[in-house]
Amino acid sequence: MDNDILRRRRRELITGVIVLAALAMLPLPIADVYTRNLLIITLLYAGLAQAWNILGGYCGQISLGHAIYFGVGCYVSTLLYVRLGIPVAFGLFAAGAVCGALALLVGWPCFRLSGHYYAVATVVVGEIGYLLFLNWDFVGAATGIYVPFKGESWLALQFRTQKLPYHYAMLAFVAATWIAAWVIEGSRWGFSWRAVRDDAVAARSLGVRVFASKMAAAAISGFFTGVGGALFAQYVGYIDPDSVLAGTFSILIALPAVLGGVGTLWGPLIGAVVLIPVSELSRSYLGGSGRGVDLMIYGGLIVLVALARPQGLVSLLGLRRRAHENAA
Amino acid sequence: MLAAILQAVPLQILLSGLLMGLVYALVAAGLSLIFGLMDVVNFAHGELMMLAMYATFVLWQASGLDPVLLMPVVACVMFGLGMLLYRGLVARALSVQFNRGMVQIFVTFGLAIFLRGAAQFAFGGEFRSITHGWLTDRSVHWGGVFLPLPQLAAGLVCLLAFSGLLAVGRTEFGRALEATREDREAVALLGIDRDRIFALGWGLGIGAVGVAGVMLATFYYVGPNVGANFAVIAYVTVALGGFGSVAGALVAGLLIGEVEAITAAIVEPSLKQVGVFAIYLVVLMLRPRGLFGKI
Repeated sequence: MDNDILRRRRRELITGVIVLAALAMLPLPIADVYTRNLLIITLLYAGLAQAWNILGGYCGQISLGHAIYFGVGCYVSTLLYVRLGIPVAFGLFAAGAVCGALALLVGWPCFRLSGHYYAVATVVVGEIGYLLFLNWDFVGAATGIYVPFKGESWLALQFRTQKLPYHYAMLAFVAATWIAAWVIEGSRWGFSWRAVRDDAVAARSLGVRVFASKMAAAAISGFFTGVGGALFAQYVGYIDPDSVLAGTFSILIALPAVLGGVGTLWGPLIGAVVLIPVSELSRSYLGGSGRGVDLMIYGGLIVLVALARPQGLVSLLGLRRRAHENAA
Repeated sequence: MLAAILQAVPLQILLSGLLMGLVYALVAAGLSLIFGLMDVVNFAHGELMMLAMYATFVLWQASGLDPVLLMPVVACVMFGLGMLLYRGLVARALSVQFNRGMVQIFVTFGLAIFLRGAAQFAFGGEFRSITHGWLTDRSVHWGGVFLPLPQLAAGLVCLLAFSGLLAVGRTEFGRALEATREDREAVALLGIDRDRIFALGWGLGIGAVGVAGVMLATFYYVGPNVGANFAVIAYVTVALGGFGSVAGALVAGLLIGEVEAITAAIVEPSLKQVGVFAIYLVVLMLRPRGLFGKI
C-alpha cells in the first residue's frame, strides 16, 4: 500500500514538472501582448486558488474573505517599495509574513465557528478590511497608490514593455503553491487537515489538534495569498481598495478551486485555465458595451459547472477516482 | 441608562435607526427562513431584492400607480420566482453527491452574478429612482423629531410583513414547515411532501425580501449593484440573530439599524458599517451561535 502511494506521488511530481515546463515554454511563440496578459492573469488566479485550496480544500474551511489577504499583500509590498524603496523581491516575503500573521489573527476568533457561521464571519472580516482601507489616509484611502516606475529591474519586477518577466514571476508563484500543496498532501499535516475537514469531532477523538490544524492551514494559505497580492500590485502598477479588496474578489479567488476540484492538486490550475480566459475574453469582447452580457455568461457558467460537475472539472480527466477520494 | 443614551444620542437618530432596522430585519428574515428550513445560504438574496426594486420602478413608470399599491403584485411575483428558483436550481444543487455545501454556495453566487448582469443588460448601469408618489418628499414632525414619510411607511410595512411571517408559523402550513426543519426524513413518513414545503419556504423567503425591496425603492436609488451592500448586512443580521431564527432576525435587524445610526452620528458616516461589523464579531466571540440560534 505504501509503495502504491509513493509511486503515485512520484508520478504526480513528474507530471507537475512537465506541466510547469510546458507553461514556461508557452508564451515564447506568442508575441501578442493581449494573449500574454491573459496567460499572466490566468497563472495569478491558479496560484491564488491553490492558496485558497490549502485552507478551503484540504482543511475544509470555506473562507469567503480571502480578498483581505490579497489586498493587504498588495499594500504591504507597495508601501515598502514606495516609502522605503524596498524592492518587491524582498517585499513579497514581508507581504506573505504579514498576511500569514493576519490569517492567524482572523482565525483565532473565527475558527471557533463552523459551517455557515464561519463562512459569514469571513465575509464580514473581508468587508471590514475593505472599509478600513477605504477610509485610511496613510494608505491613500479611496484614491489608492501608484507604483512609481524606477527603471527596469528584476528585483523590483519592473519592466517598461516586456510581459515575459511577469509570466515567469507568476509561474514561480504557481510552482511554489503547487509544491506546497504537494508536500502537504503527503505530510502528517495533510492527513490531519483532511481528517478535520471530513469530521472534526472524530478527528479530535483520534488526537488531532483541530484548532491548531486550522490555524496552520490558514497561515500558509494567507501567506501565499499575500505573496500573490504583492506580485499583482507590481504587475498592474496601481492599487486601490476597489480593485484589490472588494468582496467579490474573495469569491473570484475561490472559484477556480471550486470549479476545478477542491482538495485536489490539479483542481485550482484546471479551474483557472478554463474560467479566467472565458471571463477575460467575454469581458473584452462583450463587456465594453457596458451591457452586462459578460456577467450573464460568467454567472451562468458558474451555475452550470457547479451543478454538472460538483466534484470539479478534474473528474473529466480520468482522475475520477482521485477526485472522489479527496472531495467527499 | 435610557436617559443617558437619550442625552448622548438624540431621539431623531434612534428613530431613523429603528426604521432602517425594520427593513434590514425583513430582508434577513427571508434568508433566515430558507436557511433554517434546508441549511442553504442564499448568496443571491441581495440581487433578488434588487430585482424587486427594479420591478417596482418599471411598474410604477408603466402604470403610474403608487409603489405602495404595487407592493402586493411585486410580492406575489417574487413569491412565484422564489418557488421557481427552488424547483429549477436549488433542488438540483441539493441533490448532488459531492461537495453539497460548496455547490450550494456557488450556484446561488453564480445566480447573483447572472442577475447583476441581466439588470445591467436591461436597465444600463445608471441609478434610477422613483421621483413622485404619495410618500415622496413628505415627512412627519412630532415633538422636535423629523421623520421622512417613505422611511416611516417602509418601517411600518416591514413590521406588518414580519407579523405576517410569524403568524404563518402558527398555521397548519407553519407547523409542517417547523416539522420539516426539525427532521426532514421523518416528515415524509407523515405524508408531508418535503419538496413542496421547501418550494413554499423559498416562495415565502423571496416574497419577504420582495416586500422589503418595494418599500426600499420608495426612498433608495436602484442600480445593478444595490443588492450587494444589503446582502452583507443581511448575512450579518442572520448570523447575529442565529441562523434559522426568524425572531432573532428581528432583534438583530433592529440592533444593527441602531448601531449603524449611532456610529454614523457620533463617529463618522463612512464608518457606520464598521461599527455594525465590530458588534457582530464581539457577539460571536461571546456567543458563537448568535443571539437566538439553536444548536
